[in-house]
This record gives sequence, structure tokens and C-alpha cells, in this order.
Amino acid sequence: MEEIQKLICISCPKGCTLEVTVDGDTVVKVSGETCKKGVDYAEKEISDPRRMIATTVRVKNGFHPLVPVYSLQPVPKPLIQDVLKELRKVELTAPVVQGSVVLENVLDTGVNIIASRDMPKS
Amino acid sequence: MTLKTVYDVVVIGSGPGGLAAAVAAKKEGAQDVLIIERDVELGGILLQCIHNGFGLETFKEDLPGPTYAERFVKEAQAVGVEVLLDTMVLDITSQRKIYAASKRNGFIEIESRSIVLAMGCRERTRPQIRIPGSRPAGVYTAGTAQRWVNVEGYMPGNRVVILGSGDIGMIMARRLTFEGAKVERVLEVMDYLTGLTRNYVQCLLDFDIPLQLRHTIKRVIGNEHVEGIEAVQVDAKWNVIPGSEEVIPCDTLLLSVGLIPENELSRKAGVILDPITGGPVVDDNFQTNVNGIFAAGNVVHVYDLVDWVTEAGYQAGKCAAAHAIEMRKKEHHLIPLIAGDNVRYIVPHMLDKRNLESSEIRLQMRVSKPVEQPVWLEVHDKNNLITRRAERYVRPGEMVTVVLKPDHFSEVEKAESLTIDVVPR
Repeated sequence: MEEIQKLICISCPKGCTLEVTVDGDTVVKVSGETCKKGVDYAEKEISDPRRMIATTVRVKNGFHPLVPVYSLQPVPKPLIQDVLKELRKVELTAPVVQGSVVLENVLDTGVNIIASRDMPKS
Repeated sequence: MTLKTVYDVVVIGSGPGGLAAAVAAKKEGAQDVLIIERDVELGGILLQCIHNGFGLETFKEDLPGPTYAERFVKEAQAVGVEVLLDTMVLDITSQRKIYAASKRNGFIEIESRSIVLAMGCRERTRPQIRIPGSRPAGVYTAGTAQRWVNVEGYMPGNRVVILGSGDIGMIMARRLTFEGAKVERVLEVMDYLTGLTRNYVQCLLDFDIPLQLRHTIKRVIGNEHVEGIEAVQVDAKWNVIPGSEEVIPCDTLLLSVGLIPENELSRKAGVILDPITGGPVVDDNFQTNVNGIFAAGNVVHVYDLVDWVTEAGYQAGKCAAAHAIEMRKKEHHLIPLIAGDNVRYIVPHMLDKRNLESSEIRLQMRVSKPVEQPVWLEVHDKNNLITRRAERYVRPGEMVTVVLKPDHFSEVEKAESLTIDVVPR
């Protein structure tokens, strides 16, 4: 059974409204996109929606008490809360270097969580 | 770092606009470039914007704010930009004098050939939108909460209502949800979203946070601390629709109700502001009406994307450097005339050596005390006598004149200053 779903593409700040014709989990047709990212986004959003995660983890002896971290790739949307739970357990020790891996292959998603900035010692 | 007294370019603020301006100025050939930042580290508000979405245009990458900032901080360090941290600029004059203060250096006076204003913008606060009701603790701007949660490690509260559908408000709705708070509602007085649609999707829809358009706050409830708010629907003219009131219990109210360019310093320097943007009126080089004062980024108008702020910063920095280099050239030819023995003052005070190539320059002066005997009026470059004129006597009440002629150009060209003495013949 085909049906039409409306999605808003979040790939860039334009936020195009997409009309996506789906048959179950399969995308049949996408319209309304202004670049190729829109089609990719629609396909992903229907079959396996994913989001980038940005949060903070604690850091010992740091210039600040927290260091911001983010997922290098989007993680499956249903796992967001679980990933956050894993990150709450983490405590780093300063100095932290931007780009260093904070959690490798978090929850077997294949995604690494990395530090968003340097965090020098206090 | 030893602080110089004169800089080519001083940049006020180290957010994306300021960093780009400083880097561009240095690359354009400005010699001494200084950033003055009031915070204890470089980067500005990007440091608390830990969410991704920055740099899609500049780097073709999807970066968090701190990563975006760090790239420019490192570039600024690499090209040799000087930095004064934890320093508050107090005043700027139209002559590009900067007065600042810090714990480390005390009161500081700096002159600069060019200035780039990059102070960014500020959030509207509760008094600016006049929310009725009591005035308990627990009402904050979204950006203040963002700083606490993302940098300092504090939560503003557990049950949150957000007024305004600006981007920072929506991003904080998601962020506070991540940290275990319950965001009860986002209220927006307009009948459309004021932030980006993508943020509505990934910050509100994803977490089932309800957004109500055409709604505002009728009153804040609570004495010591916020206990709730009374939400109400409004019509197109923002009149309250009676009977639509709803009390929402909460302990925190965040405001995301607009940003205003921060221009207190610009005003002091005599910079003309546009009443619509709230920022300086600028030309295509981002120069303000005050010669040598440039402005870039959210201090001019509030941008949607950091990438565009960076671009504006580059342009302003480049033009600020060009202005400084031009001034340096002029200064190189401009030398002071120094009143020596028995000379009270000389007009002009300075001369542009290049002008002597083609025309005479008349130097007029008065003596300090009378000399009733023949004297010389001698023009020196240190020990080198360039010209002299004989007078039978000199008196303070009678102005005397020495004329420099194109014949003197080759000698004057070598001088860094000229001194005039009145000596007995």
C-alpha cells in the first residue's frame, strides 16, 4: 500500500519540505527536495532514522568541569537515550584534545563519540 | 606578551566575526593585530553552542560550535594574532583610542590605526518584553541556561517552559531533555516559527515537546522561585483571548525572544546605528561612518549562519588592514615639528615631507621670551642644519616665520623630526 508522508529535511538550514511516497519501509518517490541530500535523508528517515548527538561529559582537573562531545556520524534515533546514558558514565581527565575518541563504537553502532574541543588543565 | 601602545588593527571580541577579522587582517599584511576578549578564552558564544550544524558552507562539514571556533583560534595563533583575555573594553573614541581594564594589566590605553567591532549580540531579557506577574528566581534567557548546562555544569531546573521559538530556545529544549529535564511547552506569540524548521523537527518533534503558536505568557507565578506560568492564546494583534488561559506548573522559564546587536561601545565612538538592525550603518567594506572603525558579524545584524559571520569578518578584517597600511604610509611621511630653544610653539605641528617636493611650507611660531639682539631661527634635523633665517630681534608678541623650500627636500626627506631653535647670532 503506497502512502504519502510529509517530512522536513534536516540536512541543512534550508529545511526543505519533502513529499515522500512510501510502500511500507521502502521509499517509492521523493519530491520537494532542492538537492540530493533530500532524497538520501528521506530514504534514511523512513527506514532507519538517525540523529547527530551533541552533549557533554565530565572532565577532571579541566579548565571547565565539562567537555563537549559529539557523534562523528548520526546514531539510530531510538538509541539516543541509551547513548546519553553511556556518556553519563564517562569521566575524562584533562588535558583533552579536540577530536580524541571519548567512546569508541558506542553501543555497537559503529559510531565514535569524539571531543568537540581541547580542554586544557585548570 | 608585551602590550604595544599602537596597533595596526584591534578587534573587539573573539567570536567567529572577530576571529575571522583578526586572521584576515594579519594575512592582508597588518603588522600588529590584537584581539581584546572579555571572557577567559577565545571563541565567544560558539563555545556554548555544543550542537552541530556549523561550518556546512565554510568547511563543507557538520561541526559543533566549539570545533568551529577552535579552527579559527588555532589559525589566529598560527598567523601571530596577539590576544588580551579577561579584558573589558570600557570606551572607544572616534580617534580610535581604546580604554580597557583587566585584573592582570589594570587600566590600559591603546591606539589603533583600525578597529574592528565584533561584540556580537545580546539576548532580549524579561524587562524588554514586559511579562506580567511576580519576579521570582527561575526566569532566564535561553543563552544563560545554555552557558550553565554546556560549559559550567549546572541545570537551571527540572520542569521547563520556553517562551519564544527562536533557535536557541528550541536547541535548549532538546538539550535540557537530554539532561533529564521535562520541557512542558514552547510558546510562540507569532503564528509562525521564528527559528529554523530543522530545529523544530530535531529539537521539538523528535522529543514530543509541544509547540503552541499564537500563545504567550499572561503571568509568572511564584514568590521566591517560579512555580508555574499562565499561558494564554492571543489574536493577530496579540490581544489575549479570554477563557484560553492555562496554568502550566514549572520551575524554570526560559526566554528565546530575539537578539539585539550589542553596540554600547560603537555609540561611544560616534558610530551611527541603523534603528532597524540596531547595528552600525556600514559600507561594502564594513566600515562605519567613523574613519577606520569597521564592524563585522552579529554586531551589525543578527545572522542565521555562523558561516556568513565568518565571511563578513574576513571582509572587515581585510579592509581594516588595508586602512591601517595606508595610514602607516602616511605616518611614514608625516614628521613632527619640535619647538626647541626659546620657541613656544610652531604651526603646523607636523608636516608631510612629500609636499615639500613641489611647494614651499611656511612654519610660523612664537618665541618664549624676548631677545633684543640679532638671532638665528635655525631648522635642524638633529645636528644637521637644514636652513636658517636671520632676525634683528625676537619678541613673543611678534610672530616669526621660516620657510622650507623644495631645495631643502633632499635633506628633510631623511629626517624623522625637525627642531627649530632661536639662538644668538
